[in-house]
Amino acid sequence: MLNKTTRMLTGLAASLLTVTALSGAAFAQSVNLTYLIPSGPENQVIADEVVKAFEAANPDINVDIETRPGGSEGDNLIKTRLATGAMADVFLYNSGSLFQAINPQQFLVDLTNEPWQADVQASFKPVVTAPDGTIRGAPARAAMAGGIYYNKKIYEELGLSVPKTWAEFMANNEKIKAAGKVAVIQTYGDTWTSQLFVLADFFNVQAKDPQFASRYTANEAKFATDPAALRGFEKLQETHDAGFFNEDFGAAKYDDGIRMIAMGEGAHYPMLTFATTAIAQAYPDNIGDVGFFAQPGDEADLNGLTVWMPDGVYIAQTTPNLDAAKKFVAFIASVPGCEAQTRAGGASGPYLINGCTLPADVPPAVTDMLPYFAEGGQNAPALEFLSPIKGPALEQITVEVGSGFRPAADGAALYDEDVRKQAQQLGLPGW
Amino acid sequence: MTVLSEAGSAPTHGGRRAIRRSPYPGWFFLPAALIYGVLFLAPTFASLYFSLTRWTLFNSTFIGLDNFAQFFREPFLVQGLVNTVLYAAITSGLKVVLGMLLALLLTSAIMGRGYLRSVVFFPVLVSTVGVGITFTVLMHPTQGMINETLALFGIKGPGWLVDPRLALFSVALVDVWKGVGLATVIYIAGIVAIPKDYYEAARIDGATRWQNFLYVTLPLSRPATATVIILSFIGGLRTFDLIWAMTRGGPGFASDTIASVIYKQYQAGFYGLSTAGNVVLFVLIGILVVPLTMFLNRKQGHE
Repeated sequence: MLNKTTRMLTGLAASLLTVTALSGAAFAQSVNLTYLIPSGPENQVIADEVVKAFEAANPDINVDIETRPGGSEGDNLIKTRLATGAMADVFLYNSGSLFQAINPQQFLVDLTNEPWQADVQASFKPVVTAPDGTIRGAPARAAMAGGIYYNKKIYEELGLSVPKTWAEFMANNEKIKAAGKVAVIQTYGDTWTSQLFVLADFFNVQAKDPQFASRYTANEAKFATDPAALRGFEKLQETHDAGFFNEDFGAAKYDDGIRMIAMGEGAHYPMLTFATTAIAQAYPDNIGDVGFFAQPGDEADLNGLTVWMPDGVYIAQTTPNLDAAKKFVAFIASVPGCEAQTRAGGASGPYLINGCTLPADVPPAVTDMLPYFAEGGQNAPALEFLSPIKGPALEQITVEVGSGFRPAADGAALYDEDVRKQAQQLGLPGW
Repeated sequence: MTVLSEAGSAPTHGGRRAIRRSPYPGWFFLPAALIYGVLFLAPTFASLYFSLTRWTLFNSTFIGLDNFAQFFREPFLVQGLVNTVLYAAITSGLKVVLGMLLALLLTSAIMGRGYLRSVVFFPVLVSTVGVGITFTVLMHPTQGMINETLALFGIKGPGWLVDPRLALFSVALVDVWKGVGLATVIYIAGIVAIPKDYYEAARIDGATRWQNFLYVTLPLSRPATATVIILSFIGGLRTFDLIWAMTRGGPGFASDTIASVIYKQYQAGFYGLSTAGNVVLFVLIGILVVPLTMFLNRKQGHE
């Protein structure tokens, strides 16, 4: 009796062992990657589609998506996770000055010699290059621009045309206000949205003062004393003082802003063009009513677009699955990668990978961007891609200027002080 | 009788008794001392040092008092300091007055006393961030329930959180709503502990209700008052979560307190600067609270 039971148990144990061994072998072949992205519906949709396409092409690799908050809370989280060695294998994060602030040389895998770098457009490479000259990232999205969305229905109704100068823009606003409509949408409930008038004015700054970025980095040019740079703050103040804003501008949020511009509750919304995806997702019936133009300068022949480089994808030094992570990054920086993005989120701007094309039926807000990139068009990168310094308190200062609490010149001087702290923390020479 | 006199004399001997040899061996205190040293003393002294450096998570450069100079040059810091003290004074003042009034009401013979007591205490139990988000929605300048209700009566409500003159006070009011329950409970305990004999004696002397309150309840609940003031004042000085949930120090810098300024510096990666800010906050709390405690306790001793 006892003997029989023992034998049965042994048999059971043996078969269990076989099963475990088999499944163990099966699991050993597949690799689990983690991919950290900022939260938000459009980010999630795009990441899901890219991961799905990647897993279909690489059945032995599994990608788990993690999300994090955006804005300065997200910056803090990224820095902490990198510093404590707890970063996801692959993560999505800003390029340019924020990339410089996470100490790329120490924490990110060098991707300079990856074969796919040949297909990445040259304009992107500098914004993910560490101080030692190595490239540490790949473009993750389409290029963006900062400028002004406008509602085409309101423009048609009032017989307005797209302004080429700041004076024309203000004249349009005057007519819209006279018609009893909101001329300029502002949404200070999400403070970061208040920076656009200042940041998107950079094409005009560098058109007047081509050396501004390098002089600014070297502590020679200041927002408060450089008349071209001060204009951004002044433009914000002018639109506030003229009473063009929506009544609840102090409490409205970004989501309210995209609703208002899509539904025609307001005529203009200064924003980055990644909002095109959000508008297309939330208001698919109204996306055709939303157009886009560059923030006008003071002269019509100096009209150009301020361009934002897309976020990059990076591999953390601490990853145990370097080969799989490199495959994933290579996929994102490939034609199938950008096709997956377009499938999920629609097109929001030109991709920086050679061979990636936009579909024929892009929304008007994207079509309106393309002339600035074409022959004879003018564009320039935003300041944060030409200089490693961006002061963290800009959004609070622009809320103050845009709400009429603080005059433009005063706000610019306060921002210069903020910039000085950032430069000192980065250890730049000359500060 | 003996029991009474012993109980009465215990506090006066307390001071002398402490000097006597403790009945416990020295190593008994070691675990607690170790925890205290590692988790409290060491970080305190480390932060004093790091406030004199410009540091990242890996290295630090000694820069002397530059961080403090910079911190006091911050234009919004002075406003943050004023805001902090103002906020602490408003919230603790209102909590004392309202807490006392509510406690009087809730110790009197009213209907549903137990239920009302829990209603007053309930906001204390709710998450601060949840309260903050809820009130942010209620205080929306055009679509918020508060201003929509005012509009029914033809009053145009102010921008509670978007008007820079009002934002700090709006947050302070929400803080009082949330925290007054705790003050009330402390006062209830204090009032209930007052021996009935005093009220009896007062009644025999023909005291009115007002005189009862002024000459019996108020002076005899001084220990409760001291506790409420100190707890809510310190709480007000280091307040952060409610302000962050409701205004993030905004609009602009209008409702920034020291704690939110420190957090923003840290978030921006100015670690040295934010450490210096913490040292400033530590000193400020010390400067304000130590004399306050001494004052309140001395008065208590004279009773």
